[in-house]
Amino acid sequence: MSSSSWGTAEPHLPILLVIVPLFGALLVTFLRRGILAWALTLAVTFVLPLIAITLLAKVLQTGQPIIYEIGNWPAPIGIVYKVDQLSAYVLCVISVIGAVIMPFARRSIGAEIQESAQSWYYAVYLLCLTGLLGIVITGDAFNAFVFLEISSLATYVLIALGRHRRALLSAYQYLIMGTIGATLYIIGVGLLYVVTGTLNFDDMATRLGPAIADPGYRNAVLTALGFIFVGVSLKLALFPMHVWLPNAYAYAPSVATAFLAGTATKAAIYLFIRVIFSVFGIALAIDSLPIPLVLIVLSIAAMFLASFSAVFEEDAKRMLAYSSIAQVGYIMLGVALANQASLTGSLAHIANHAVMKTALFLALGAVFYRIGSVMYADMAGIGRTMPLTMGAFAVAGIGLMGTPGTAGFISKWYLGLGAIDAGHYSIVFMIVASSLISVIYIGRITEVVWFRAPSESAKTAKEAPLSMLIPLWLLAGATVYLGFDTQATVDVSAKAAEVLLGGIR
Amino acid sequence: MRLDLILRVGAKLILPFILMFALYVQFHGDYGPGGGFQAGVISAGMVILYAIIFGVRAAKHVAPPRIVEKMVPGGVLIFAGTGVVSMFLGYNFLDYTGFAHDFLHAHEWGILIVEIGVLVTVCGTMIAMFYAFVERGRT
Repeated sequence: MSSSSWGTAEPHLPILLVIVPLFGALLVTFLRRGILAWALTLAVTFVLPLIAITLLAKVLQTGQPIIYEIGNWPAPIGIVYKVDQLSAYVLCVISVIGAVIMPFARRSIGAEIQESAQSWYYAVYLLCLTGLLGIVITGDAFNAFVFLEISSLATYVLIALGRHRRALLSAYQYLIMGTIGATLYIIGVGLLYVVTGTLNFDDMATRLGPAIADPGYRNAVLTALGFIFVGVSLKLALFPMHVWLPNAYAYAPSVATAFLAGTATKAAIYLFIRVIFSVFGIALAIDSLPIPLVLIVLSIAAMFLASFSAVFEEDAKRMLAYSSIAQVGYIMLGVALANQASLTGSLAHIANHAVMKTALFLALGAVFYRIGSVMYADMAGIGRTMPLTMGAFAVAGIGLMGTPGTAGFISKWYLGLGAIDAGHYSIVFMIVASSLISVIYIGRITEVVWFRAPSESAKTAKEAPLSMLIPLWLLAGATVYLGFDTQATVDVSAKAAEVLLGGIR
Repeated sequence: MRLDLILRVGAKLILPFILMFALYVQFHGDYGPGGGFQAGVISAGMVILYAIIFGVRAAKHVAPPRIVEKMVPGGVLIFAGTGVVSMFLGYNFLDYTGFAHDFLHAHEWGILIVEIGVLVTVCGTMIAMFYAFVERGRT
């Protein structure tokens, strides 16, 4: 695209971020050959980060949100897309992860999905990306629900395409849980609509203040808060609403797992933050319901119990899935503490965890491509035959523990600062203690792949192809890079946190 | 097999009127009750009735699965494409103002095209779901 046509396209960038992948998905369905479908998907996913980063740069430069009115209908009547610091940041995370794993996908999908279903896979992948980007960019509560459903339905298909027979069952489990979550969310939005007469997030926020003062409406608002809290928590896999996640991640195709682990729960977390902070204002939640306390308890439970489950897992993908639940705990802990430092840590962890967890799952995808299994027994000693793959795994794993000099340390540092600011010294201790458990589960798989005698399959394994190693090492490198240069994560997160906390009434 | 003569003749008589009704619902959607969704379901109902009376093979001759499969994304493409055309005309996504010389006509046109997209997708989806169900256990 030349610079002049980029200029005319610029006011339309927010909508382009959603309709480019949508069109990609539609066109991919017309392509029968897997390789063509992959090429088109690759092109589409590489345009998206450019758009997202342009939007982020513009928002940071002006400090003002970018508003796009669909059909030229202004805010309370029509649907508007609103890009502020927080949404631009999350859009960047999702679109970058969506793009980085695409070069990896060709061989992995080629091996794991039959030729006739490959173009469907890519179509559904792009639809999922459309939905996730849509959740983050929209400024409308009902539109967010529609995108939530688009991404969820696409996710069910992505999981069901897994090679294992249990993939279907896991997809079905997630379908039930996901549908319950989305239903609860929409019931909450419906109640809010009755009370405020609007679906626009900003408009809702301004009208909720007077509505709460009216005792007739107060209970309806609190009920709506409860419904939305539980509904979105189901989607973001907050402990104890996480049971769908390990199976879904374990049996989905490797690339789908890497994509979902990096992005899907992040979009749901964004929606949670958006509704709790920007619509309700956490002040309301603090006054009337012990929401932060509930969140803190659940987050800490997730950090410990899910990490313990990860320690005893024998399937590497399930181990990482449990670790994801624990990491969601860290993010939600920062949200619950709700001060500048803790929110900065949470938001930074959205990007850091996406990078690290995607790298880890991609490494497992490469192993699966070579030996067809990610059970510990089959992976024993595979570090000797696939040193580059497992090396990247080790780097990302060290990041996940929160070792200084990696991305994981940065976010946990800010979380700890936030806990101190909030006066909860015991929480600092718990963050460190649960990180030690992650040392155990990452240490355990490290021991298996590097120090055990090679298994039959590991002996004959070859190093992963270059198209897999490059995305993998890019993300592993980013794990270290983001541990030193925090401009892209912490600085932006801090600005987003400022805007969020400024919205508290 | 031949005992269902009345059904066959009756169905043949009814089928064109079902399609007529579908189109009526389609094009009066902007003034009265109806629209692309309902019209899509009614016209898919026509194909399904045909399949029940004359067999799935005959129905697949009328509505080949290959085309039905393309109708599902095709309709969405019409819908979203309308929005993109309005962007090329210099307006926001799905702002139909550029489609005709005055505002009201332009919006009528825009909604008409969008509704055709809805018809195509809904009709295709209904038929595809029907095919998927009747083929269970056959292959």
